[in-house]
Amino acid sequence: MATPVLTSTDALRDAVSTPAALRRFLHGLPGVDQVGCEARVATLSSRSIKTTSKQWALDLAISMIDLTTLEGQDTLGKVRALCAKGRRPDPADPTCPPVAAICVYPDMVVTAKEGLDGSGVQVASVATAFPSGRATLDIKLQDTRAAVADGADEIDMVIDRGAFLSGSYQQVFDEIVAVKQACGRPGGDSAHLKVIMETGELATYDNVRRASWLSMLAGARFLKTPTGKVQPAATMPVTLLMLEAVRDFREATGRMVGVKPAGGISTAKDAIRYLVMVNETAGDDWLDPHWFRFGASRLLNDLLMQRTKMTTGRYSGPDYFTLD
Amino acid sequence: MSFEYAPAPESRAVVDLKSSYGLFVDGEFVDGNGHAFKSVSPATEEVLAEISEATEDDVDKAVAAARRAYTRTWSTMPGAERAKYLYRIARIIQERSRELAVLESLDNGKPIRESRDVDIPLVAAYFFYYAGWADKLEYAMPGSAPRGSVPLPLGVAGQVIPWNFPLLMLSWKIAPALAAGNTVVLKPAETTSLTALLFAEICQQADLPPGVVNIVTGAGETGRALVGHPDVDKVAFTGSTEVGKAIGRTVAGTRKSVTLELGGKAANIVFDDAPIDQAVEGIVNGIFFNQGHVCCAGSRLLVQESVYDDVLARLKRRMASLRVGDPLDKNTDVGAINSSEQLSRIRDLSQVGEAEGAERWSPPCELPDRGFWFAPTIFTGVTQAHRIAREEIFGPVLSILTFRTPAEAVEKANNTPYGLSAGVWTDKGSRILWMASQLRAGVVWANTFNRFDPTSPFGGYKESGYGREGGRHGLEAYLAK
Repeated sequence: MATPVLTSTDALRDAVSTPAALRRFLHGLPGVDQVGCEARVATLSSRSIKTTSKQWALDLAISMIDLTTLEGQDTLGKVRALCAKGRRPDPADPTCPPVAAICVYPDMVVTAKEGLDGSGVQVASVATAFPSGRATLDIKLQDTRAAVADGADEIDMVIDRGAFLSGSYQQVFDEIVAVKQACGRPGGDSAHLKVIMETGELATYDNVRRASWLSMLAGARFLKTPTGKVQPAATMPVTLLMLEAVRDFREATGRMVGVKPAGGISTAKDAIRYLVMVNETAGDDWLDPHWFRFGASRLLNDLLMQRTKMTTGRYSGPDYFTLD
Repeated sequence: MSFEYAPAPESRAVVDLKSSYGLFVDGEFVDGNGHAFKSVSPATEEVLAEISEATEDDVDKAVAAARRAYTRTWSTMPGAERAKYLYRIARIIQERSRELAVLESLDNGKPIRESRDVDIPLVAAYFFYYAGWADKLEYAMPGSAPRGSVPLPLGVAGQVIPWNFPLLMLSWKIAPALAAGNTVVLKPAETTSLTALLFAEICQQADLPPGVVNIVTGAGETGRALVGHPDVDKVAFTGSTEVGKAIGRTVAGTRKSVTLELGGKAANIVFDDAPIDQAVEGIVNGIFFNQGHVCCAGSRLLVQESVYDDVLARLKRRMASLRVGDPLDKNTDVGAINSSEQLSRIRDLSQVGEAEGAERWSPPCELPDRGFWFAPTIFTGVTQAHRIAREEIFGPVLSILTFRTPAEAVEKANNTPYGLSAGVWTDKGSRILWMASQLRAGVVWANTFNRFDPTSPFGGYKESGYGREGGRHGLEAYLAK
């Protein structure tokens, strides 16, 4: 018997009462038909967004970007440059909105914080032994606390995919709860927690749906697709499943959870397709940088190029936009 | 913030509309002898063109041309040569796909997204598919002809098609007929003749020998003349069960062979273990695709009681996101009703549904002032005894019923004079197979709906008709046993 989907708050409380109950709940979620899910994405992708809607969507997409650098070769200089870019993506056009956040490794948080001071752009830090998540819990928690202490506004944690795939859902759940606690600041508020599922490693759509619900039950503020380090990275079907999950979770609990596809979204056309999907799946309320983000680096310049084309009627070359 | 999609109309410039069209007989466009009638765009009521009406005399000339072409060229031409013409037609359809899609949406009222992404690609696919059979007919019906001999065509086919998928139905009729070596006289529906006439141009462009394809336009009288013509060997009809029965009576006792593809009242059955989000998409696609002008539409939704509330809530939410309006806008999901007659029929039956006590619901949706429009509609609290659960509405109107057990679902699904299609939504493979063996319907879709493929046979049980179109089975209707 499938569990009714518009689950009541009571049912959700029961779901996290014991490891067996959690497992029953996750396995009771309705299955995902792969063909149907991908067909829905294909239909949504055929929407044609033109003129004023396109202009509006391009600006919205820019304001939703978590401009990211997560490389072993990252330097203070690189992060400072990225911050400048994030504050003012198009130096030639003051009407261009800033991005939502700069996403860096924990040791770069201080630099990013300085670089963004007073801009309203958030600092997001990956943590919990990103990207593999293969470290002991106390190290993951320390990683998180350090980033929060340095001033990170948002923490992008990775789940333990090994534990998830071996069916230890409770372990994954407990870890998310612990990291969420570690996000707390002395004042009582806390850094926003984004939970990265590394969907490419979860392999099936059923798993993506289960991991989404698991993360929301554990208190995630955002669901995030992959780390960007594993192929396939963000895909539209996976993001569709997350949007369905946050939509249904709000129906059940009244609580909104955000969604962040990351990796592999590099063109304005793709970004607009995602926004159409958000609009027609989760709805208007998610068309807001508080509730939907793009984890990307290359995407920004394509958005800027399209934006300039909309206002001038001409394409200028990539050299007219700053690298970072 | 709300995301308003700016108008994104497909350009009409690609279509070169003439002010009037004649018949296509013996490779030439000729004037018909009947009264000209107008073809209007159902979205705006704009007159698109005047169409000739073919009289009995015109039909006679078309059949004579088809007979000559049959005897002199087409039936004796090697299959591989016939295939070349069919491949050529298929390629031209692809090359002119935009033009065909725009014209189809203008004349029929269906959204450009569907004519562009479904109708026209399938039209080309059916021609490609049957082109491949033309030189392999001895493998189409193993054992029916002596070893080494090729089964023979029937002769001249008289074909009458409906207005819901004008060009697609043309391809289902013409492609297998020609591949098997028959020649055809085809009558399109009187409200949607334009793409058939453009197809006639494509036949000229492909240098198809004169008389192999003839198009006669007109309404019921023209159809009767064609079906009743003594020199027609084969009758193929897609349309209403009422007309299908009349055709059956006309050809009874003659040598003509007949295939009929008629109405339907398909059950779309959702079990409690179904992939619910995809099932909701399937329900929407099952009944609102092509404004519900689909003979195999999933017009009766059977939902297991244990998930009824959830499915209904999701369905309503999804329906609220359907975009109804200009068929040529690339973001339109539901277009115009094809004619004012059809619109009145949909309205009448919907009123009957309310009068009989079913609860009617439509999402808030603004309909254009001009043209023929009907908002996507569902009825809840419907039972098998309601007329809206028994009669084909042929519009965007869904009747929702519930069931408790698989056996009850089967019983209700089969409790109809029709039997064209059915849908089953469940995660359980064994249940799909069991249901498919129990449902008396020509097509049973599992976890999908309204999917068509040239390799798959299509046709009905009971009052949904007889004979199969599509696939190897579709050739049998055009070959002598």
